[in-house]
Amino acid sequence: MAKRIDVSGLSAYYGGFRAIDDISMTIEPRSVTAFIGPSGCGKSTFLRTLNRMHEVTPGGRVEGKVMLDDEDLYGSDVDPVSVRRTIGMVFQRPNPFPTMSIYDNVAAGLRLNGNHRKSELDDIVERSLKGANLWNEVKDRLGRPGSGLSGGQQQRLCIARAIAVEPQVLLMDEPCSALDPISTLAIEDLIGELKSRFTIVIVTHNMQQAARVSDRTAFFNLAEVGAPGKLVEIDDTERIFSNPSVQATEDYISGRFG
Amino acid sequence: MSQTVMADAAPRDAAAPTPTLRRPRLPRWAPAGLAALAVALGCGIGLIGGLDSRIQWGLIAAVLYVALTAVLAGAVEGARQAKDRLATSFIWVSFLLAVIPLASLIWETIARGVKVLDGYFLSHSMNGVITMEAGGGIYHALIGTLEQVALATLIAAPVGLLTAIYLVEYGTGRLAKAVTFFVDVMTGIPSIVAGLFVLSFWIIILDFGYSGFAGAMALAILMMPIVVRSTEEMLKLVPNELREASLALGVPKWKTILKVVLPTAVGGITTGIMLAVARVAGESAPILLLVFGSAQINANPFEGAQSSLPYYVYEQWANGNEPSYDRAWAAALVLIAFVMILNLVARGIARWKAPKH
Repeated sequence: MAKRIDVSGLSAYYGGFRAIDDISMTIEPRSVTAFIGPSGCGKSTFLRTLNRMHEVTPGGRVEGKVMLDDEDLYGSDVDPVSVRRTIGMVFQRPNPFPTMSIYDNVAAGLRLNGNHRKSELDDIVERSLKGANLWNEVKDRLGRPGSGLSGGQQQRLCIARAIAVEPQVLLMDEPCSALDPISTLAIEDLIGELKSRFTIVIVTHNMQQAARVSDRTAFFNLAEVGAPGKLVEIDDTERIFSNPSVQATEDYISGRFG
Repeated sequence: MSQTVMADAAPRDAAAPTPTLRRPRLPRWAPAGLAALAVALGCGIGLIGGLDSRIQWGLIAAVLYVALTAVLAGAVEGARQAKDRLATSFIWVSFLLAVIPLASLIWETIARGVKVLDGYFLSHSMNGVITMEAGGGIYHALIGTLEQVALATLIAAPVGLLTAIYLVEYGTGRLAKAVTFFVDVMTGIPSIVAGLFVLSFWIIILDFGYSGFAGAMALAILMMPIVVRSTEEMLKLVPNELREASLALGVPKWKTILKVVLPTAVGGITTGIMLAVARVAGESAPILLLVFGSAQINANPFEGAQSSLPYYVYEQWANGNEPSYDRAWAAALVLIAFVMILNLVARGIARWKAPKH
């Protein structure tokens, strides 16, 4: 199921602007890796290069290698659509499809890829909603629009939608930044449960969250505004938060940044 | 200097006058009362001055209303409120000025149109009817309009829709810019020019005869840019997050557009197409050139002359006698009703299909 990601020498561009520069790291399977760093340092851009969503942005371009086990995601004969089927993503703002019901939202990934067997879909929808800790709240109103749920529920719906297609890796781009503390806690608990099945990468601005949920933490920084973001260090979360090897990391974590 | 310090230290000094939040206000019925007064004054001045035109009375009342409101509000409430009242009264007067022609147009058409509008009128053609006499109907014109507009929509809606999808979802660079430019140019094509183009190409060069289809092609040329523009705007309104959410599920781009983007925008797209239909349903110039007009029922839009509602109105009016005028008004009423029903249907679809919350 879960796979390892090996990144080497990765740079990403928006047109002529280099957003991240020469990043190499290994993301372990069945673990949670957190990306922290100031705004604009390229965490989200880097995350989006991991499932080839970066090139969806007009002008988006990537150099370097991303190996998923032994396959290069940027190989010339690799189909970005199948990459995204293997590496799912949850976005910062909950974005359920507004024209679809709760059930249809969860089934969307499978249905749009050609699976229409009702009994199978029923099973997967139930399993995914249970996996996202949302089943008990919505089981009686699966036919209602997904956009009628609260923000936290919508985000869990989006997680259910992402895990319904059984990806190997789940990328989360600040999944809790639009949520209240109780919904955040629900999602953090969920991440803890999901890591037994998926490789999870999470971008967060919340240092406590990174410390709570992740096994490893990567700190990104940029020299100045307009300069490309760089990976400063990646290490076990405990070490990053107690005894980081780079001074800038400690400054950032303890709030002495800038 | 020392005062400032004192004021900072003791802002609620008992010696300082306590600022009050209350201001004198005009009573709530003031705008309505002033309007009534202005109308009364306008009528009075009109009567005494011996002005014949009621329009002049109305204009005097409007000017008086704006002036009275500004002066009274200035005297009672102060300059800022006076400006607010002045702007509000201007907006009301402008609203009335804009609505009066519309209301009077609809009133006039209904009042004159219902005279001969009945089942017989809707179900009979003008074949063999002597124009000087009452009788006859619009069945042939109604059929013509329905068929020509339907054919034009069948041509223009898919082309326009696909063009808009290209421009919003795929188009980058020069080709997209060129397409946008030509769509803009097409928006400005007068209907008679579209008619002349089809006439010279289809009828003169290719040597096909007059037909409803020839007219439909000209109408399609007029519809296309409207469909492209409105669809483009609607597709741009679909949040990018939805596209990304779908792509991130491993859904191919074409399926994302078909199953996520279009359903989200379908209400607005339908409204846009219906508005384009309403716009071309009233065109008479291309019909005159390409469909030729006929008094007989011809249900085949691909062969032979047809009629259409706007053409019928023009034709009857040109006859220049009372029974023809009645028929023209009734046909105009049917045309307005047709367009209005289309608009209502479009709004209904838009509301029904709109993303639910």
